[in-house]
Amino acid sequence: MNNVRNKKRANKSLPFFFKDEFKVFFIIVLVSTILLISTFSFDTVPPILNRGIQPATFPKGLLVLIILLTSLIYYLSFKKPWKKEKKLPKTFFLTIISFVLFILISKTLDFFLAISVLSIFVSYNWGEKRIFYLLLVGIIFPLVVFIFFEMILGLRFPPGIITNLYYY
Amino acid sequence: MLVPLFSSKLLLVLLFGTLFGLILGVLPGLGPTTGGALILPFTMTLDPLSAIVLLTSIYCAGTYGGAITAVLINTPGTPAAAATCLDGYPLAQKGEAGRALGMATVSSTVGGIFSVIILVFFAPLLAKLAYEFGQPEYFALAIFGLTMLASIGEGSPIKNLIAGAFGILISTIGKDFMTSIDRFTYGINELSVGIGFIPVVVGLFAISEMLTQSTLLNQVFKRVALKAVKLPSKDDYKKTWKTILRSSGIGSFIGVLPAEGGTVASLIGYSEAKRFSKEPEEFGKGSIEGIAGAEAANNAATGGAMVPTLALGIPGSATTAVILTGLIIHGVRPGPDLFREQPDFLYGIFGAMLIANILFFIFGFFGAKVFARITLVPNKILWPMIFAVSVCGTYSLSQSIIDVWIMLFFGVLGFFMRRYGFSVVPVIIGLILGELVEGTLRQSLVIFDGNWLMFLTRPIALTFFILSLIALAFPLLRSKKIKK
Repeated sequence: MNNVRNKKRANKSLPFFFKDEFKVFFIIVLVSTILLISTFSFDTVPPILNRGIQPATFPKGLLVLIILLTSLIYYLSFKKPWKKEKKLPKTFFLTIISFVLFILISKTLDFFLAISVLSIFVSYNWGEKRIFYLLLVGIIFPLVVFIFFEMILGLRFPPGIITNLYYY
Repeated sequence: MLVPLFSSKLLLVLLFGTLFGLILGVLPGLGPTTGGALILPFTMTLDPLSAIVLLTSIYCAGTYGGAITAVLINTPGTPAAAATCLDGYPLAQKGEAGRALGMATVSSTVGGIFSVIILVFFAPLLAKLAYEFGQPEYFALAIFGLTMLASIGEGSPIKNLIAGAFGILISTIGKDFMTSIDRFTYGINELSVGIGFIPVVVGLFAISEMLTQSTLLNQVFKRVALKAVKLPSKDDYKKTWKTILRSSGIGSFIGVLPAEGGTVASLIGYSEAKRFSKEPEEFGKGSIEGIAGAEAANNAATGGAMVPTLALGIPGSATTAVILTGLIIHGVRPGPDLFREQPDFLYGIFGAMLIANILFFIFGFFGAKVFARITLVPNKILWPMIFAVSVCGTYSLSQSIIDVWIMLFFGVLGFFMRRYGFSVVPVIIGLILGELVEGTLRQSLVIFDGNWLMFLTRPIALTFFILSLIALAFPLLRSKKIKK
């Protein structure tokens, strides 16, 4: 019982900037404000070419609306706080890291290699340790997909150290 | 109606679409929207009718497929099957999984066919009405669509509105389509053509779901054994026929409204079934009426959602937004002119939906046991494979690696949106409607010489604005009523 009370107290005493409500509010308002400022640098058209409103007016209106509505949900969260989300597990962060790896490899080495590395990395970190299945998701399946897209859709994948072996 | 479908190629496409839709519906986390988006690049090799037949059959079968997992593992394969879990799983636990799935199959089929009839009659009527629409009316209609989505969609209406506005904002990236002035491109050439629909939809649905699955790896599903699907008994039919018809009507009506069709329809269908039932105390414990109410409604929403999609070019749900994209990339512009100029094409779609409903009845009845086994494929194998298809599919449309990165960005964004209660569906609908909203607004202002008040002098536009206000006030009134 005491533990529950202490936990509740701990949640209440959490500084406002650690709460999810504030973090979401802050990020949306910050990004929207930056975008809003950038709309002031959009080119304007002379009145004769102006179709109703200037090209920047519509996005400006949308961004102001987003900021106002976000402020409203933050205000409403004082009356009805959001439920606390569970901490994200290690596998989530590893999956995000695999996305970063994918971008780096696809940009510098090879698109197909990037898919293979991500598939093996994700499958392994999600608990698959059997070599056959790792090869299945990392090599056999991407190869089937690659050939299917190449042959059926006539798609040409970006050049890279492995893709070039196929094309040349 | 069925004549355009009398070709072996189209029937093969229908068969494949129904099977693929069932598989997608059965797999929790996937579904007709994600599946439709993944298969969209493949449709480029097909003629327009085959492509849309493929997408609509996936839509119909995928919506039903969610019921199989809902009944057998207590996890809705699609959000629209969430209400089916409430009674489907308890009934399955009592050893009557076959009966539960039989009722789900029959009521889904009846709901689906009912909605196709509604589609055949109402879509041309709505299209005729749309001839009266000018730019201001289309603007007001698009606003009405977005406010409806916010108010009766899943989650908080204000968060839905923010998501919808964000979707419209994404559509403004690139060259302004009226003046060719760059907006939010920041000197990146690839952004000047704007952000494509496929990277956003695959990111928001498939990749964000992959991230969600990465947080649920310890989840263990308990699967109830299934011997065979049983057709409902005479007693079950007697008990449920009124519920099935009522839910079919509710589902079709909710589907027509531009909102998150199936999910909302099934919840309302379920609660109405409970309200009219002689045994409301049985609901939640394995009521056959509960299954019938939810399943008839969610499948009835499929035909309903196609009404505004085809007649007005306003998607009635997330999956119809994908179908609408399919129409556009195949050079078919939905709206009143489509009904006048390409009736064969339209009747081909109507016929395909009708046959898809019959096909999933047959596949569901004889193959539910096999489809249920698909859930045994572990996530650690399944999701890396889905990732490979997502990446290649996204890349294939404009052969741009930037699209793949945009897909990943929206995947991460979609994960956090869902985590903090923002539905991703309004983003998709906003993105689809964005150009229509801005274009019609600006053209209306040209017509009105910049006078915003002139919108109020147009009766149809005014009606849509009033309906939008009612839609926005509805959640407020509903929460006050619940408090009372």
